[in-house]
Amino acid sequence: MPKAATIQKTTASAGKVAKNGASKNGKALGTAAAPEFADVDDAIAEYNARRSAQLAAIKKSDKKLLREMLYQMVLGRRFEEKCAEVYRMGKIGGFCHLYIGQEAIGVGSMMMLEPTDMVITSYRDHVQAMIKGMSPESVMAELYGREGGCVKGKGGSMHMFSKDLEFYGGHGIVGGQIGVGTGMAYAAKYKNSGQVVLCFFGEAAVNQGIFHESLNMAQLWKLPIIYICENNQYGMGTSQKRAMSSRSIARKAEAFEMANEFVDGMDVMAVRGATRRAIERARKDGSPTLLEVRAYRYMGHSMSDPGNYRTRDEILKYQERDPIVLFKDSLKESKVLNDKDFEKIEQEANDAVDRAVKFSDESPYPSEAELLTDVLT
Amino acid sequence: MAVLTIRDALNEALREEIIRDENVFVMGEEVAEYDGAYKVTRGLWKEFGDKRVVDTPITELGFAAIGVGAAMAGLRPVIEFMTWNFSILAADQIINHAAKMLYMSGGQFKVPIVFRGPNGSAYQVSSQHSQALEALYANFPGLKVVMPSTPADAKGLLKSAIRDDNPVMFLEQERMYGIKGEVPEEDDFLIPLGVADVKREGKDCTIVARSMTVPMALQAAEQIQNEFDVSVEVIDPRTIKPLDVDAIVGSVKKTNRLVVVEESHAFASVGAEISHQIMENAFDYLDAPVKRISTAETPMPYAKNLEALALPSVEKIVAAVKDVCYL
Ligand SMILES: Cc1ncc(C[n+]2csc(CCOP(=O)(O)OP(=O)(O)O)c2C)c(N)n1
Ligand SMILES: [Mg+2]
Repeated sequence: MPKAATIQKTTASAGKVAKNGASKNGKALGTAAAPEFADVDDAIAEYNARRSAQLAAIKKSDKKLLREMLYQMVLGRRFEEKCAEVYRMGKIGGFCHLYIGQEAIGVGSMMMLEPTDMVITSYRDHVQAMIKGMSPESVMAELYGREGGCVKGKGGSMHMFSKDLEFYGGHGIVGGQIGVGTGMAYAAKYKNSGQVVLCFFGEAAVNQGIFHESLNMAQLWKLPIIYICENNQYGMGTSQKRAMSSRSIARKAEAFEMANEFVDGMDVMAVRGATRRAIERARKDGSPTLLEVRAYRYMGHSMSDPGNYRTRDEILKYQERDPIVLFKDSLKESKVLNDKDFEKIEQEANDAVDRAVKFSDESPYPSEAELLTDVLT
Repeated sequence: MAVLTIRDALNEALREEIIRDENVFVMGEEVAEYDGAYKVTRGLWKEFGDKRVVDTPITELGFAAIGVGAAMAGLRPVIEFMTWNFSILAADQIINHAAKMLYMSGGQFKVPIVFRGPNGSAYQVSSQHSQALEALYANFPGLKVVMPSTPADAKGLLKSAIRDDNPVMFLEQERMYGIKGEVPEEDDFLIPLGVADVKREGKDCTIVARSMTVPMALQAAEQIQNEFDVSVEVIDPRTIKPLDVDAIVGSVKKTNRLVVVEESHAFASVGAEISHQIMENAFDYLDAPVKRISTAETPMPYAKNLEALALPSVEKIVAAVKDVCYL
């Protein structure tokens, strides 16, 4: 069971994450200001207070869609657990960054998109690739570096792409995709195509100049992009508070007079709601939005991270608010799905992952001729 | 002599220089509390604290600039790039600022800074994380470029780099951090920049290798010796810029044959420069055209078999030596 398995007991000072330094009365442009929180106790209290909203959102939603959302979250979780397992067996090489704990963000936001909308993300890309429609087979085989992978084994864990599915890749240079995503939105506006861009990145990427340069241009030129900062509170071994002078990321958008919202990334319906509002703005007049989505990275930064910089208690505390558990509870209470449905979903996800592994085990290594192709067209 | 890994030899060099000069400090991503992404700075933050060992946000251009400015104003920063791939984000500060400052200021402002970190490929880390960038930086006047291949060289050269009054690009290799070797225990062990080292003496063919390709070249030399009774000399320039041309020319004048092995791409590479120097300075001594072994002219693929195919290898070096020796 890979859950937090990379975490060692430690006395590191990471302990309790300080409260968000930002004042709570800063208003978000064009949106209702969402509460900001960093501490897990605050988060639980905030969620309990908002739970009725989640239930109401579920009530208004199509049952089939809700089931598919849960399925995608469970599939993502099982897929990543399997990655950890086969990585330890040496079937996957290089870096491997898992999405466990952050599933509600990808599912809540991306399942609001039209198929023609564009997505770009970081190296933490396996699950988002699948939500965009890429098969678990093509993602797992890429992790294996095999011919059947989505980029023929050339990219590996950090570089999933699908032009057909408008998935513009996983990118390995922290922050790079923020600029590239902004360029994609520029093209959408130029062509008047009606597409919007979802651009994902971590909170540590916000410290790169490209974040600030991009947001300025996006607002200046009214580009149809939604910047989704997945604030899992760590960039490798560095907690956000050790790296960022002003801790509210959402409010950084105000420097550019850009709409922004702070969202609980453990609540898939909350992410969905915030994305809906952002997409409406983008489709209406091309206005960009910055969403700061509070998450928590259950696993190490990558498979090689010993995790000495935070305590086991901290991790366990965050896992109490597991996004899959929360969503299941609400679906059950709303009588959308029952335990039998959950079992079936688990079974389907496990089967899909098993098929992906089998496919990858059987997929051949890329032919040597592939080495020299695709350098120039 | 103590036996150390390259990682620990670098660590000792940093530690000794931090102690020796109060103006030396180390800065970079995860260098302090995390002990370094590759543990080169292990223990330094515990020992010397926040002032001398500084964690940064992920903001390469920003902290490279802090280094350049601090160096102009009298400090001796050692800036770690988690890998040299990320130095590309800071290239403006290195190339447009650090490299130009002394010249633009008519000799008034020196920039005594070291940029260091692992260069080149690792293990299947794919296109954006596997680049060997020495040729890029070596192309610009105003920068020195150093690439050690043994623990002793790593220590002696890093200490010299920190004391040098110029910007020094110090390129290590992740695959080599665990390599062990003897390091002199003398008090202040320094190796001057700009001096090549003969890693193996020979008389029939010269291999010029650096960084990761040095152990490969030595293995190839051994194999050639055993199989063909041909004696191969292996020269490690250690400093790419300034390049010890005399040492290479001298060796080629003796062996009359040259193979250059490098992890970077071939086009406009350091190997191309070495080949040119030989043509200019030892043309009449050559018994065969110079051969180069480099990484394939493609971004680095992820797949294990393709990565191996792209990189230099002992077999490729053996084949090249056989070629120039007409074996
Ligand atoms: C420009 C650059 N610098 C450093 C790295 C090494 N690195 C990879 S991921 C990472 C942490 C990023 O954290 P964050 O943006 O919060 O995303 P998360 O990994 O938490 O999803 C670092 C330092 C890199 N890949 N690119
Ligand atoms: Mg993060």
